[in-house]
Amino acid sequence: MDWKRFGFIALVVIVLFSAVVMIGQVKQPPLLIVTSMLATTIAVATPLTLGALSGVYCERAGVVNIGIEGMMLSSAFFGWLGSIYMFHIFKMSAGLSIALGVFFAILTGLLMALLHAVLSITFKVDQIIGGTVINILAVGLTGFLNRQLFFGKESVFGGSVPSSPGVLPTIHIPLTEIVGPICGASASCLENLTAINRVFDQKPIAMGAVLLVFFSHFLLFNTRWGLRTRAVGEHPKAADTVGISVTKMRYANVLIGGMFAGLAGAYFTIESVPSFEPLLTNGRGFISLAAMIFGNWTPIGAWAAALVFGASQAMLINMQIFRDVIPPQWAFLQESYIVGLTPYILTMFILTGIIGRTTPPAADGVPYEK
Amino acid sequence: MQSEKQSGSLTRQILQSISEASLVPFLAILTAVIVGGIVILFVGGDPILAYRGLLQGSFGSTKALSETAIWATPYIFAGLAVALAFKGGLFNIGAEGQLAVGAVVSALIGYALPEWLGFDVPAIIHLPLVVVFGVIMGGVWAGIVGALKAYTGGHEVINTIMMNYIALNTTSFLLNGVMKDRSPTNVIARTPLIADSARIPPIFEGLRVHWGFVLALLTAFFIWWLLTKTTLGFQIRTVGLNPDAAKYAGINVKRIVILTMALSGMLAGLAGVIEVSGLNYRHELGFSIGYGYDAIAIALLGKSHPLGVVLAAILFAAMRNGATRMQFLTQMPVDLISMLQAFILLFVAADAIIRYIYRIKSKGERVVLTRGWGG
Repeated sequence: MDWKRFGFIALVVIVLFSAVVMIGQVKQPPLLIVTSMLATTIAVATPLTLGALSGVYCERAGVVNIGIEGMMLSSAFFGWLGSIYMFHIFKMSAGLSIALGVFFAILTGLLMALLHAVLSITFKVDQIIGGTVINILAVGLTGFLNRQLFFGKESVFGGSVPSSPGVLPTIHIPLTEIVGPICGASASCLENLTAINRVFDQKPIAMGAVLLVFFSHFLLFNTRWGLRTRAVGEHPKAADTVGISVTKMRYANVLIGGMFAGLAGAYFTIESVPSFEPLLTNGRGFISLAAMIFGNWTPIGAWAAALVFGASQAMLINMQIFRDVIPPQWAFLQESYIVGLTPYILTMFILTGIIGRTTPPAADGVPYEK
Repeated sequence: MQSEKQSGSLTRQILQSISEASLVPFLAILTAVIVGGIVILFVGGDPILAYRGLLQGSFGSTKALSETAIWATPYIFAGLAVALAFKGGLFNIGAEGQLAVGAVVSALIGYALPEWLGFDVPAIIHLPLVVVFGVIMGGVWAGIVGALKAYTGGHEVINTIMMNYIALNTTSFLLNGVMKDRSPTNVIARTPLIADSARIPPIFEGLRVHWGFVLALLTAFFIWWLLTKTTLGFQIRTVGLNPDAAKYAGINVKRIVILTMALSGMLAGLAGVIEVSGLNYRHELGFSIGYGYDAIAIALLGKSHPLGVVLAAILFAAMRNGATRMQFLTQMPVDLISMLQAFILLFVAADAIIRYIYRIKSKGERVVLTRGWGG
């Protein structure tokens, strides 16, 4: 990630944050706004980060994956379905049901990725078409099962949406407790520290996503596995001649990518809100692809780009909180439909390459013919 | 196919080439129907009854036929939009958004023009204006993506999807705001009814099928003519097959990319216009959900050939239309159709699977539909 791109990301984030601070400061102190917005940014960037990582694995190995959206959607559905199935039918405890829900989401991502791998690696189907098939299949499958299971009278749930076992809990990082003593008796210092602490108090998948960014970076650029992955994505023939199985490496990476997309799906229905509605991913899978491209197919770059989108979403959420104090000349900020355009326009802007061109892996999207 | 030595007459050759071209799509549909049947069984339904309901509901009566034609109309336009882009080497996932903006603009012209002018506009002027503005809007919406592709390399797959969301947000904004139907009983996001002079009349008395269906068939013929008989069509196909070769042959590739995308958007916009002007007489939020993806499936099923697109559109229309009857008979939700269509698309796109299952030999020709991120 070069400095130009990093500077652009920093600039956009600063602009988005200052807009909210400027409007909200009459209601809340700036530090509180910044920290709560930062916490929201990290949380809502989670599916984008994981989606972008999913793309990085697939494409570094030479398989274009535009089916991430569909993988996320189906994982969100089956993860959620799994958790309520365990909770209501098998009478498991809420905690165990939620944990198994995450497992089912990852499994669904894996299976969808297997379909993509079979289509694009074994059958050498056009990879963008293969991804589109996954997207359409996910919409059809989740829409059908959602209606059939929760609105059909003969279904196991008796024609209604059962209560969910809940969502993953927030994990408290005891920053205030550890650093607290240096504040001494100062109440404002302690207050600020509590505010900062909120940035670190995240839910498990959000925390896991950040750790996985660095893990993926290490895996791709510092291990033999990573070198082989990149080799089959850049020059599969050369990799093949030195004895690396192109097919195996591609399969493995697409499946890993699918598991990441599955975890992203779990974020929606098991970590964020305990419910499912058709089409709930709302283009997040595609935005992750844009993040991946803007991050130049590197995990850390993709994460930085995902945070930009997260920030624009956090701004939208915060604008709703400060709705009543928006000055009249900024009235358009009240319109969620208009403010909601930010990530989409940002994506198109980034793809123009004005901020620096990116280079995909050389064999990205090309089926390997021996 | 032409190179094959055939002893039979020309008609026999044509028939044979049609049957060869339609063999894999036919088997794909058959396989999808079987897989769909298994899913119906799995969720506790009766597949035979479900499929009988589907057939009755789509072709069982004059009214059913008329309704199938109504469903087919936007499908033909949107399918042609995607197919035309495929021919030019572009993947237009944005038919949905182009359709929506076309519909919004035509609805606006349809209900507001008489208000602005202060007098009733005769249909002979009003209707063409409704169509033209809607079509232009669709063309502009896709043309932006084409221009980004041509001049900056921004990939059309992501950009058309982003434009879908921008269209969705903008139409939601307009339909909940300035363009909302102000009648006291209305609570949903929709425009007022368009003037009578902006409506496409029905073909037969008592049936809803309107002249838009005929226009769709004529448009399919026009696109076939454009692609096969004109210089522009040749240029589009050349750019689609090999942009580098096209460049060295003196074709202005950038211009063709923008033009192909704009034409594609115009066709999708026309789908929206026809729905407003011929059927709903207003634009309502969310009526077009899913048209964009269906259009991709239709274009692929029809192998991007205008005639194939028309047939595939009628098939998809029949399934959508028959779904209500199927639901009535078997209590299977209408969403089953989306899944069935996804299976059809899966087996059509991955014709290698079909060839593998039914042991059909490939002719070794591989059609390049899209290219990776590089363009």
